[in-house]
Amino acid sequence: MSGEPAYEPVIGLEVHAQLLTQSKMFCSCSASYSGAAPNTHVCPVDLGLPGSLPVANQAAVEQAIMVALALNCQIAPITKFDRKNYPYPDIPKGYQISQYDTPLGRDGYVDFESETGSERCGIIRVHMEEDTGKTIHGRMGGKDVSLVDYNRSGVPLLEIVSHPDLRSSAGARRYFETLREILVYLGVCSGDMQEGALRADINVSVRRPGSEHGVKVEIKNLNSFRAVARAVEFEIDRQVRCLEAGGTLTQETRGWDEAAEKTVPQRSKEFAEDYRYFPEPDLPPLDVPKVLVDAVRSRMPEAAAKKRERYVNHYGLTAYDAAVLTQDPELARLMDQTVAAAPFAEPKAISNWLTGELLRLLHETGMEPAVVPITPQLLAGLLKLLADGTISNAIGKTVFEEMFRSGTNAATIVRERGLTQMGDPEELRQVVEQVLTANPGLVKQYVEQDRKTEGPLIGQVMKATGGKANAAIVKDLIAEKLS
Amino acid sequence: MLSRVAAVDQSLGSFLLVTEALAMERAQAADRRIADGESALLTGIPMALKDIISTTGVATTCGSRILEGYVPPYQGQVAQRLLDQGAVLIGKTNMDEFAMGSSTEHSGFFPARNPWDLERVPGGSSGGSAAAVSAGLVTFALGTDTGGSIRQPAGLCGVVGVKPTYGRVSRYGLVAFASSLDQIGPITRTVEDAAAVLSVIAGEDPADATSLRAPVPDYLASLTADLHGIRVGVAREYFPDGLEAGVRANVEAAISTLESAGAKMVDISLPMTEYALSSYYIVAPSEAMSNLARYDGVRFGHREHGDTIWEMFDRTRNAGFGREVKRRILLGAYALSKGYYDAYYVKAQQVRELVRQDFQRAFEQVDVIVGPTSPTTAFRLGERLSDPYAMYLADVFTLPANMAGICGVSVPCGLSEGLPVGLQILGNRLDEATMLKVAHAYQQSSENGTQRPPILQEHATAAG
Repeated sequence: MSGEPAYEPVIGLEVHAQLLTQSKMFCSCSASYSGAAPNTHVCPVDLGLPGSLPVANQAAVEQAIMVALALNCQIAPITKFDRKNYPYPDIPKGYQISQYDTPLGRDGYVDFESETGSERCGIIRVHMEEDTGKTIHGRMGGKDVSLVDYNRSGVPLLEIVSHPDLRSSAGARRYFETLREILVYLGVCSGDMQEGALRADINVSVRRPGSEHGVKVEIKNLNSFRAVARAVEFEIDRQVRCLEAGGTLTQETRGWDEAAEKTVPQRSKEFAEDYRYFPEPDLPPLDVPKVLVDAVRSRMPEAAAKKRERYVNHYGLTAYDAAVLTQDPELARLMDQTVAAAPFAEPKAISNWLTGELLRLLHETGMEPAVVPITPQLLAGLLKLLADGTISNAIGKTVFEEMFRSGTNAATIVRERGLTQMGDPEELRQVVEQVLTANPGLVKQYVEQDRKTEGPLIGQVMKATGGKANAAIVKDLIAEKLS
Repeated sequence: MLSRVAAVDQSLGSFLLVTEALAMERAQAADRRIADGESALLTGIPMALKDIISTTGVATTCGSRILEGYVPPYQGQVAQRLLDQGAVLIGKTNMDEFAMGSSTEHSGFFPARNPWDLERVPGGSSGGSAAAVSAGLVTFALGTDTGGSIRQPAGLCGVVGVKPTYGRVSRYGLVAFASSLDQIGPITRTVEDAAAVLSVIAGEDPADATSLRAPVPDYLASLTADLHGIRVGVAREYFPDGLEAGVRANVEAAISTLESAGAKMVDISLPMTEYALSSYYIVAPSEAMSNLARYDGVRFGHREHGDTIWEMFDRTRNAGFGREVKRRILLGAYALSKGYYDAYYVKAQQVRELVRQDFQRAFEQVDVIVGPTSPTTAFRLGERLSDPYAMYLADVFTLPANMAGICGVSVPCGLSEGLPVGLQILGNRLDEATMLKVAHAYQQSSENGTQRPPILQEHATAAG
């Protein structure tokens, strides 16, 4: 049977990302509304009250420039806002301030790793716009009602439109994951898809290899990686089946039904989609001079991919460890700052503490890396005690856990709990003698197995000393005693 | 003041809302302030605001039923500045609905009338403000000018009306009609008063991204009666054959007066004048269509029930908007639509740039440009209602200034068959000082503008 697929999927993503600015895009209301009571983060501007006017948020513009740079885009030297006119209750002005023909960034790309190797997806454009309010339909007092919350109205959004370069559901997923990581690492987006801070619309079509694009179907509003992958899979399948059965596809917008795991047609619009774009007269065009772009570029945090490269090449970590450490920018920050604070320690050792003990404790407590009490200084302190031999590795774990729970520094913990390693050979000799006397069976095992299995004996000494014995010295003493 | 308003305004219709209690309160506060020696330029001065300016706690309708009952929770910048000065708000004045009109007949409530002849229009869209000042009901009023809506009613009512340079006065709190054309300005009896009010309301506002950073000069200091060295442009396009004879005569006499005051007259041409009207009637309705999209009954104002959201929108807007507003929304929707945008909106904006360049060239040769404010004196109520285009022609001399963003003033220059004629003086962008100087010099050199409408004799009171 031929391995050549009859149809090739052609996929593009349109991602909306909420920016982490203090204020909204066009007014000074707080942009972080999660958890706030409805309509409490609002003002005349984001409510579209008669006579109100927008003023562009400079911080949002700079974050947008940073994203465009990270996506390898050309930055427009002059950019402007345009009105996208359409009526809906959650669009308070009856138009959304967006960008039409002079997007801030264009012609960029994202490189990402997928199962097929390295892939590149082109970026058509990156532009700024404002988010809408939220409409909730329900019942109240026995009637069908629609309620609108304008807290979200005016929150800065970046729209990132890719070229339809993606060719599989896995590729689409990886692209979206990579894009999210880029945004999170820049510190411009929380990446929280549950909260709606990051949303994706997907365009899917299929075609016979070598021929023109097929009919394009848009799937709107996906908010998880899994949904992206599943929706694309379903849609490719649906389209191929339809065509193979001799049917025709309609260009349409569909939604993703999470429960049924399929795309479903959405109600067609009541009116043709003519947004009547025209330049926003309330906002003068923005100059984006090279000096500003350079300033933004100089502030850009290191990208996750670059970090992983550095971890492997400079720190000598495995690709796996590098991937684990960069899962969360806070974790990576801890890594880099601890390396700096503890130059005497091996990066590999630091990595082990973070990917081992720290991740275990984070998982157990459900704590976010950003708020963990373990600081680079605290970890460096612990590493020093280990390097000096003041404590054993086993004790190290105990101290680490205590540091995690209380934020107290290692030296204090060791002192207060008397955890200093027993390193005096005379002191240890006595304990060793006691253990050897008490464990004839283990001694026999040691001797019979060619003096290589001192582990259990060391273990017994550790038990007897509450884990504080210096394992290396114990090992030598045992060897000496039983030679 | 309030009793005169009550007596006169029945027949005049210049106020949509008289804020009696508030006025008394503010007047008393002003008295205290004056007694304490802490008065400012406008403390205690009775004034009115066109009902298109947002006033906290005071109903603001924009002359439209769709905003019936809307009480703003925030103060427009100019209202705040006047409040800080201690000026006393007598009320909100009548206007063409959403500032769309030239006669105040398109008010959603009732028309205003010209104090010089109650059967005639006061002009528009700031007809209420002009009538109130003309009838002596307030010392000054604020109007708004998008295509001539301060200057034309000022001209028809025999008072002074100033349209500042675009961006000179903050639009924060000015309910938008055409965002790139709207400006707020003073309507007064004297140029001196206008200069005083302008000096208070002009200046940068961080809440309005289109407001200009340029410092505000001392307008009062620039008022002299000597015009030596001033070059006054007389544009042939402002004296077409169809110009009403009485208007022509008064304006030409005014020009002679300027010459006597020392000004040098220069003949100029503004060839783009004939194209300004048609391009204005593409650009303004387009912006208006978008600005008026927010009146949907969801958050404020009038709401009609509908079984679906679309029904609610349709019914609310159908019931709430008047014919002229609907006409302009449709015009704008058409001009901006896919397939027509380039041919209409883009083209109109390109013509606009040519209008701006027209003036730029002219101001290389002259300091100000003069002509009639409007082609005719006040027309009768109802006369132009069935012919929108005839109505639009009232602004043919005023709207080029809005398209170019420059400043302009109308000063009374005499009567024609008992009706006021306005002399329009246009100044270069940000050159209000020269424009006001010429206007003031004219007022000082002539009796015109000191006449009062007959309505005042009927209701004469001892105090002003």
